[in-house]
Amino acid sequence: MALRTLVTRKTLRTLPLGFRGLQTFSLPDLPYDYGALEPAISGDIMQIHHQKHHQAYITNYNKALEQLDGAIAKGDASTVVKLQSAIKFNGGGHVNHSIFWKNLAPIREGGGEPPKGSLGWAIDNHFGSIDALIQKMNAEGAALQGSGWVDPLVTKGPSLVPLLGIDVWEHAYYLQYKNVRPDYLKNIWKVINWKYASEVFEKECP
Amino acid sequence: MAERLSLPELPYDYGALEPAISGEIMLLHHQKHHKTYVTNFNNALQQLEDAVSKSDASAIVQLQSALKFNGGGHINHSIFWKNLAPVSQGGGEPPKGSLGNEIEKEFGSLEALVHKMNSEGAALQGSGWVWLALDKEFKRLLVETTFNQDPLVTKGSSLVPLLGIDVWEHAYYLQYKNAKADYLANIWKVMNWNYASEVYEKECP
Repeated sequence: MALRTLVTRKTLRTLPLGFRGLQTFSLPDLPYDYGALEPAISGDIMQIHHQKHHQAYITNYNKALEQLDGAIAKGDASTVVKLQSAIKFNGGGHVNHSIFWKNLAPIREGGGEPPKGSLGWAIDNHFGSIDALIQKMNAEGAALQGSGWVDPLVTKGPSLVPLLGIDVWEHAYYLQYKNVRPDYLKNIWKVINWKYASEVFEKECP
Repeated sequence: MAERLSLPELPYDYGALEPAISGEIMLLHHQKHHKTYVTNFNNALQQLEDAVSKSDASAIVQLQSALKFNGGGHINHSIFWKNLAPVSQGGGEPPKGSLGNEIEKEFGSLEALVHKMNSEGAALQGSGWVWLALDKEFKRLLVETTFNQDPLVTKGSSLVPLLGIDVWEHAYYLQYKNAKADYLANIWKVMNWNYASEVYEKECP
């Protein structure tokens, strides 16, 4: 369900492969300019992150899906299984980054403004304060070994809906912050789009 | 008290591997990333000693992740600095002697080995390392990958690292950005095959 909403309608194409139409995915536009999140996140990073990293996930995801389609059509179970790693990694990369671009907003469009309404209330209830939530997310983000994401509701269960995710892969910050991941984590909150998180929350918990 | 780790010195200047790997990367990689693994390992070791003296089994278990990650980071990077050498000190010169022969036998050619390591390095999902390993039990060479800072032995206790290539983004990003494949193509120009041969000949005299 979540995957379908990420496919932009105007670029939806179907390929006549196998017995199902195959949808290909395409790079969603950023809702702001590459430099619009400065100084929290540099325009350089935003451009490479979007045009190179996210695009590569989409390209590889489409390729894997095409191969999957072929393998299913041939009844090649072994290949179907072997493709799962590429599908999970690249599909996940597409899913995660599509959310991430919406999780960020320039300051003049509300980036950094704390959540009001029911989400703000729920955060205070569950974590004590928004500062406590930020501290927790930053601690977990700093401690993450290797490459990954920090979500307040981690996608580790089918009923979990991501509200905010912070990319802590080194490519997300290294050109600007080098090895100092904690500085990146501290600064990203200045452009976090709490409005989006609130919208998602209110839709699930009306 | 167990001995504390310390940051080994690089056997060359930070800029000596240019243009294959920039001096800026070498400096940060050594003085920040490797140093942090050393610091955090020593901290975890201190906490482990405290936990052991208190017989706090829960704390002992909880510390294993930090010990593995940071200890592995130290082990891996210590090997890595020796895996690299300036061109003026033999960096990039193909292996001769018994290792060169064994590579030809197992992989067909040095190019084939390089191609295989580069493919596996490029395909690695996330952070990790790609290794040229010697299985000292079977006296065979193989290419292996490990995730995060897992040392090669986590893939087999008889595996000895001859060469390791760091494919964490911090190892190349400032210079190569997202083009990991270019980093992998270029790092062979400063690969220290002398070191790999020494290790190999010691295990397979």
